Amino acid sequence: MGTHLPSTEFDGTAVDDQREADAEAVLGEPAAHMVQLLGPDGKLGADPVFSSYADKLTPDALRGLYADMAAIRRFDVEATALQRQGQLALWVPLTGQEAAQIGSGRASQPQDYIFPTYREHGVALTRNVDLAELLRQFRGVSNGGWNPKDTNFHLYTLVLAAQTLHAVGYAMGIQRDQKLAAATGGAGKEPDAAVIAYFGDGASSEGDVHESMVFASSYNAPVVFFCQNNHWAISVPTNVQTRVPLSNRAKGYGFPGIRVDGNDVIAVHAVTEWALEHARQGKGPVLIEAFTYRVGAHTTADDPTKYRQSAEEDAWRAKDPLARLEKYLRAEGLADEGFFAKVKADGDELASYVRRTAHDLQDPDIRQAFANVYREAHPLVAEELAWFEEYSAGFAGGEESAGHAAKAGH
Amino acid sequence: MTTMTIAKAINEGLRATLAANPKSLLMGEDIGPLGGVYRVTDGLIGEFGPDRVVDTPLAESGIIGTAIGLALRGYSPVCEIQFDGFVFPGFNQITTQLAKIHSRSNGNLSVPVVIRIPYGGGIGSIEHHSESPEALFAHTAGLRIITPSNPHDAYWMIQQAVKCQDPVIVFEPKRRYWLKGEVDVEGPGLSEDPFQAHVLREGTDATVVAYGPLVPVALAAANAAEEDGRSLEVIDLRSISPIDFDTVTASVQKTGRLIVTHEAPTFGGIGGEIAARISERAFHSLEAPVIRVGGFHMPYPVAKVEEDYLPDIDRILEALDRALSY
Repeated sequence: MGTHLPSTEFDGTAVDDQREADAEAVLGEPAAHMVQLLGPDGKLGADPVFSSYADKLTPDALRGLYADMAAIRRFDVEATALQRQGQLALWVPLTGQEAAQIGSGRASQPQDYIFPTYREHGVALTRNVDLAELLRQFRGVSNGGWNPKDTNFHLYTLVLAAQTLHAVGYAMGIQRDQKLAAATGGAGKEPDAAVIAYFGDGASSEGDVHESMVFASSYNAPVVFFCQNNHWAISVPTNVQTRVPLSNRAKGYGFPGIRVDGNDVIAVHAVTEWALEHARQGKGPVLIEAFTYRVGAHTTADDPTKYRQSAEEDAWRAKDPLARLEKYLRAEGLADEGFFAKVKADGDELASYVRRTAHDLQDPDIRQAFANVYREAHPLVAEELAWFEEYSAGFAGGEESAGHAAKAGH
Repeated sequence: MTTMTIAKAINEGLRATLAANPKSLLMGEDIGPLGGVYRVTDGLIGEFGPDRVVDTPLAESGIIGTAIGLALRGYSPVCEIQFDGFVFPGFNQITTQLAKIHSRSNGNLSVPVVIRIPYGGGIGSIEHHSESPEALFAHTAGLRIITPSNPHDAYWMIQQAVKCQDPVIVFEPKRRYWLKGEVDVEGPGLSEDPFQAHVLREGTDATVVAYGPLVPVALAAANAAEEDGRSLEVIDLRSISPIDFDTVTASVQKTGRLIVTHEAPTFGGIGGEIAARISERAFHSLEAPVIRVGGFHMPYPVAKVEEDYLPDIDRILEALDRALSY
């Protein structure tokens, strides 16, 4: 046998560095080994595994995917405007990633549980989260504007990758639920469920992603890791995070890793549906790398002109997820002018609703913050609240409430 | 009444929890066939199986993070961190996630995760095996922190921690794992309050507040003081967050002097918080400043000199002399 390593492995220049190839893919042709069904030209191709999943998409479903992507793009424009007008503290735009989010979100079932990062507004839409509620966090009136139990769409997590471990633990809970149900004769009453853990190319460097994949693999947990490689972690390109395609990392953990064209909603839907089935059937985790692009800024506090070329953005606009599906729908006669007009009108109505609701969001009372530190009674919280009440009462009868006085003091 | 060690009492408490609550489970490194490095989970995997007593990959963030996910799915995980000094890879999950989920979900979600951490020195061990990081966690709102000092409390407090709907960290005094005592396994322990301090010995000249491994030291100091004709009241704090200031205040109003002792470094420690609160609550009762007897501001020293680092009977008595000299 001799050495276990070929001699080239000792030469740092000869290792499997695929950054150059990926850099070319960012600007030009599709990346190697990437599942793509609907190309930028609007033509539907074939894939030996995933075409059968794509074939299940009815014309109605395809139109729905387009409508969802258009709606969330319109929402993104509106939220960005609200931030510019001082109505939101910050906005995290998703434009460019609509196919990755709508395609994967629409592939999930109601019983599945979703752990997003903080940019998954498109997935939120597919889980019936009220998009106006989504703005609470960015307006500073709540750290989580919706009840995850209503939608199985977890709160946004801002500490990068922390949610990937929560996702694996949740999936370990699903496994135990199934065993408990089997033991009590309740097997099969509930549909099998899986979990999706979203994260980005930047977060892929966090240790929690590694640990979550180790745990998921070790326990064969029903979880799909969905990495949106949007090529920029604020200002740092993906090639600082990795020198091989991120999907390759799954191999090291012993489960499938698939790179999919993240701007191809049909392929994203097909691959995610396959992966969720794989997980629900007890076959273990899957890593999906959606190869996509953050066309806008990281957040409204960012300035992409400082770190990337506009030619790169132009190249990705040419691969736009909505444009290619529109081409396909029109070419196949699946949608007419009336459909696209209605989509636009619906988007404007959504934007108007979101704007109106955002303006009307009430500032919370700090008493709610006191109430939710602990679930059970806590003497220190009670003592500090009592002090605050007494302090506030000192302002009663005057012109100003305690809150106004505090603001005046700034 | 049954006599057992603290380690055995926690073992029995965990056994009772696993038997009573099918959604409870234990997670940690080497807690399965080995029974944990301190054998606290000895025999449990044989009784409850590997889905309830889970040997995890060797990753503390992974243990806490997946426990949070299990709790979100309705489970009650009890995590074992192997040693105090190894909790820090999980610190992010504990402080930014576990502590905040109830608050940031506006009360919609609860994550009743229990984290057991053997802590403290005095066992002659190597680096990272003798630390007392409780203040780092006490500073984080959303967590509860308790520490038993005797087998009876050890048996019940772990069960009370699992019953609590908030995240609870149980700091276990590792050098007292083999301390024997009586446990009332039949009593109403489950409905008692783990966040309440206990007055273990009444006295009139000064109050000594201790917790975890230093409770026996404080009691021994009180015995020694008695030989010198001084009467010490000894309080076992039991809960580090919240702190039962009512019990401490009432005691200081009686004795007029307070000494707080812990193994953790004095600077920024629990003793400082107690001193500040008591100076606000019982200023006019105090005959002397509150005196803290704790570890020094240094990384936990090597085993051969840890006796010079750890608070002991003489250091408590020296503090008493100072308190009485005002």
